[in-house]
Parts: sequence; structure tokens; C-alpha cells
Amino acid sequence: MGGITEMAVSLAHFLTVSAILLVLGVFGIFLNRKNVIIILMSIELILLAVNINMVAFSAALGDLTGQVFTMFILTVAAAEAAIGLAILVIYFRNRGTIEVEDISTLKG
Amino acid sequence: MNWTLALPELVLALSGLAILGVGVLPSRNTYYACSMAAIGAFLLTAVLVLGAPEGTGFGGQIVSDAFSRFTRLLILLGAAAGIALSLDYNAHEKLDRFEYPVLLVFATLGMMVMVSANDLMSLYIGLELLSLSLYVVAAFNRDNERSAEAGLKYFVLGALASGLLLYGSSLVYGFSGTTNFDRIADALSDPAKASAGVVVGLVFVMAGLAFKVSAVPFHMWTPDVYEGAPTPVTAFFAAAPKVAAIALFARVLGGPFGDLAGQWQQVIIVTSLLSMLLGAFAAIGQENIKRLMAYSSIGHVGYALVGLASASEAGMRGLLVYMAIYLLMNVGAFAVLVAMRRQGRAVERVSDLAGVAKTDLGMAVWMAVFMFSMAGVPPLAGFFGKLFVFKAAIDSGLWTLAIIGVLSSVVSAFYYLRIVKVMFFDEPVGALDARSGATTFVMTASGLFTVLFFLYPAPLVAAAQVAVAAILG
Repeated sequence: MGGITEMAVSLAHFLTVSAILLVLGVFGIFLNRKNVIIILMSIELILLAVNINMVAFSAALGDLTGQVFTMFILTVAAAEAAIGLAILVIYFRNRGTIEVEDISTLKG
Repeated sequence: MNWTLALPELVLALSGLAILGVGVLPSRNTYYACSMAAIGAFLLTAVLVLGAPEGTGFGGQIVSDAFSRFTRLLILLGAAAGIALSLDYNAHEKLDRFEYPVLLVFATLGMMVMVSANDLMSLYIGLELLSLSLYVVAAFNRDNERSAEAGLKYFVLGALASGLLLYGSSLVYGFSGTTNFDRIADALSDPAKASAGVVVGLVFVMAGLAFKVSAVPFHMWTPDVYEGAPTPVTAFFAAAPKVAAIALFARVLGGPFGDLAGQWQQVIIVTSLLSMLLGAFAAIGQENIKRLMAYSSIGHVGYALVGLASASEAGMRGLLVYMAIYLLMNVGAFAVLVAMRRQGRAVERVSDLAGVAKTDLGMAVWMAVFMFSMAGVPPLAGFFGKLFVFKAAIDSGLWTLAIIGVLSSVVSAFYYLRIVKVMFFDEPVGALDARSGATTFVMTASGLFTVLFFLYPAPLVAAAQVAVAAILG
């Protein structure tokens, strides 16, 4: 195999990727000052981080529960995205903007 | 497989679908009929819950025990009151669409699955069924800017909370090897051997659940959502889902993670302390009564968590009694808020209650009862709720928590009593519109409970005792 060193992808690698995705998602929600769509994307990112975790653990443990859980998470994430977009549409209809900074009618 | 264990949930799910089916028929407005059918479905489900057998079913996903029976009955009561309070308001605000009762039925179904979950998977499914329905009802007044904003904020923060909860679940699954509560408890039976991964997972799960019960520091969404959502929706939010989420908190921490009490107790103590203090101080300056009730509910979650922080059987019992009393007095107080309407327009400032005693003495008296009870004035029900949790805290040696709890309830008495003062001693600003029969009924029933609870507290306390024994035993 030429000069390429064979390196197995271990559970720790998967957990690291998923932890990075989770942190990206959380920062995407809190640091983003521009657009609500980016927040929806960040939420999906968090759920995908969880899915990677679940599948990796499921493979490592040799137990199918984690993959079944992943199927549920994927399904619910689709429903959640649909509802999130629906709420975003009625918000846009009322305000004519989806800038994060404009979402501030309610405070005190 | 013993599917009769989930009979109440199955019946409620089918009723929800049937009501949806009736609702979409191209006839005249079916809002009222659907609401009545939903209340009927809740009653039928409550009867089935009372007669439900005990045991674990569906491959260990669902457990039916005394704890789930107790909390499911409370949830059904809160949900039925929520629908009764919405009838008149929604008709006035042109929100009388059949989707409303249908969504509340599915939210209630989600709560019932949540409190009878015996696996991280069914916990998640129940929680999401509840949350997705609540996001939609928060934005139910879709032509109103504030309602849409409330829905959007609730959605974003709620989805983040679910994400954290799930991430925690995945870690717990990975490091304990199972998602089943009984087997997690077995795996953690020796706390010294619990891996760091499980503890980190537990912290994430607790963060997600703290979001759902709106405990500090995860409370930011509560005031905005309570203020922006239509008043009957706020009334629903503050009652049944709160009880369900607190019950879920108790089951998760007391059951699978019961042996890790040393790890989570400190976190719950801090959360409870901060929630009590924030609830007491932040509500003082509020002029909008829905916002005030939001901070008040954060404070009440803090008091309930005192019971959980005690990590003892008496503490958990106190928590359940507290939530039962909280549910009833909160439903009553929100019945008054829903009835606040002047010349056909809903009003929601504290000053709009000025002089209500002179124009509508009955409502003013009941509101005063609820406010005194929330402040914890004996012999009203709210006092006994606080008594049970504080006594459990002292018995567990948590003196600081109990003392700060008593002091913060003295501070919170200030804003509760201010409402009473505004109602009885300020100059009237004009009579409120006549209230509907359903509102009066809810107000009177929960008011009578709040006043008369001290005469006969034994059944509720005994039921809570049996319920707690089911999860700790």
C-alpha cells in the first residue's frame, strides 16, 4: 500500500468529530447575529452530531439500540425542521425580516 | 407483549386522530365540538389510567406504575382545564380553529408518554411530541407579531434543549451500554465505577431537562414565550407541561441515576437556589401580568427542585405534592388572567386589575386566594407545598437551601400582595367584561381546592407517597 500508513478509525475519532459538530452547532446558535435560517442549520448540525455518536457507539458496542434511536432522531428532526420553517414563515409574514437582531419585540 | 399497559395512551392517540378527522370535515366551525370531544377524551383516558395494570411493556420502553398514574392524572386535569379556559378567549380573538384542541391532545399524549417512559428512546419521543405541539400553539395567533415571535424563540431554544438532551442520552448509552432505565440503574449500581462519560452525559441530560422545566440558568425563553403566546396557551404552558417535565426530572434522577445522587445533588441545589432567587427578584418590576407569572413559575420550579435536591423519599414526595398544588392554583390564577377583558379587548397589565374588587368581587376574592397561596400564606394550599419541600430539605441537612427558600418566598410575597393591593385598594379603571361560565367554573373549583386543602390533605400526600415509592423502591 505504498507509503500510506494504515490507521484504523477508532471510536475516539467518531466521538471527536461529533463533539466538534456539537460545539459548532451551539456556537452557530449563540454567536450568529445574521439570519434565523443559520440557526435552523445549526440545530440540524447538533442532531447530526448526536446521530454520529449513536451510530458509532452502536457499532462499538455491537448493539442495535443506538441505530434504532438514530432512525427515531432522523424522523423527529424532519418534523422539527418542518415546524421550524412553518413558524419562520409566519414570523416573516408579520415582520418582513428574519434578521436575528430584529427578534426583540418581547423583552424586559 | 402486554399492550394493555399503554391503553390510556393508545386511546388518547386514537381520539386525537378522530378529532382531527372530524375537524377537517368541510362543515361549519367545529372548534367547540372538537374542544368538547377533547375534554371527553381526557376524561375517558383518566378513567383508563385509574384502572391501568402495573408493569413494564413494549420491550421495556413504557412502565405503568403508581408514579406514572399520579402524574398522568395531574397532566390530564391540567390539560382539560387548559381547553376549558381557551373556549371563550379563542372565540373572542378569532382563534377558534379546531387545530387548537387537536394540538393540545397530542401535547398531552406526549406528556403521558414522557412520564411513563422507561427508556431514553421513549423519553425522547414523548418529549418531542410535547415540544413540537407546544411550538405550534405558542405561535397559534399567527397574525400577531408577538405570538409569532414567541413561537420562534420557543422553537429555537427548545430545539437546542432537545439537542443537548439527546447528546447526553448518546453519551449515557455509549458508556453504560444501554438506554433502558432499569439496566442503566444496574450498570451504575456502584457509583465508584461510573465512568466520566456517563457523568458528562448526565449533565447534558440535566441541562436539557432544566430547559424544559425553565430552571435557571436555562430560563431565558420563559418570560418572552409566556408574554407573547395567547393567554390560554400561557395558562396551558404553566400547568400541565411543567408538571410533566418536573416529574420526568424526578424519574430520571431518582430512577436510573439514583445511585449517582452524589453527582447530581450539587447541581440541583445550585439550580434550585438560583431559580428561587430569580423568581423572587425579577418579577418585582414587571408590569405585564403574564410576564410576572412567568417569573413566578420560575420561582415555583425552584421550590419544587428543593424537594429533588434533598434526594430523599420525603423530598420527592414533597416535590409531587408541590406540583399538584402548583398545578391547581396556577390554573385558577390563569382563569382570572384569561377573564381579563375590557370592552372586548384582552388586557394584560397589572394596572388593568385596578379596583376589580368593586366591580367583580368574586373574581377579586379568588385571585387574592391564589396570590396568597402562591406567596405561601397559611392555611392555603401553597403553604403546605412549601412546608413539605422545606421540611425535607432540613431533614437532609440542607439548611442553607431551606433558609434561602423561605427568605425568597418572603420577597416574592411582595409582588403577589401588590396584585391584591391593586385589586382591592386602587381606583377602578372601568369594569371588566362578564366572564364565561367555563372560566368561572375553573376559577371556583381550583379556588375551593386551594382554600380547603388543609382540611383533608391526607389523600394527596398518601398518593404522592405511593408514587414516589414506585420510582425509588
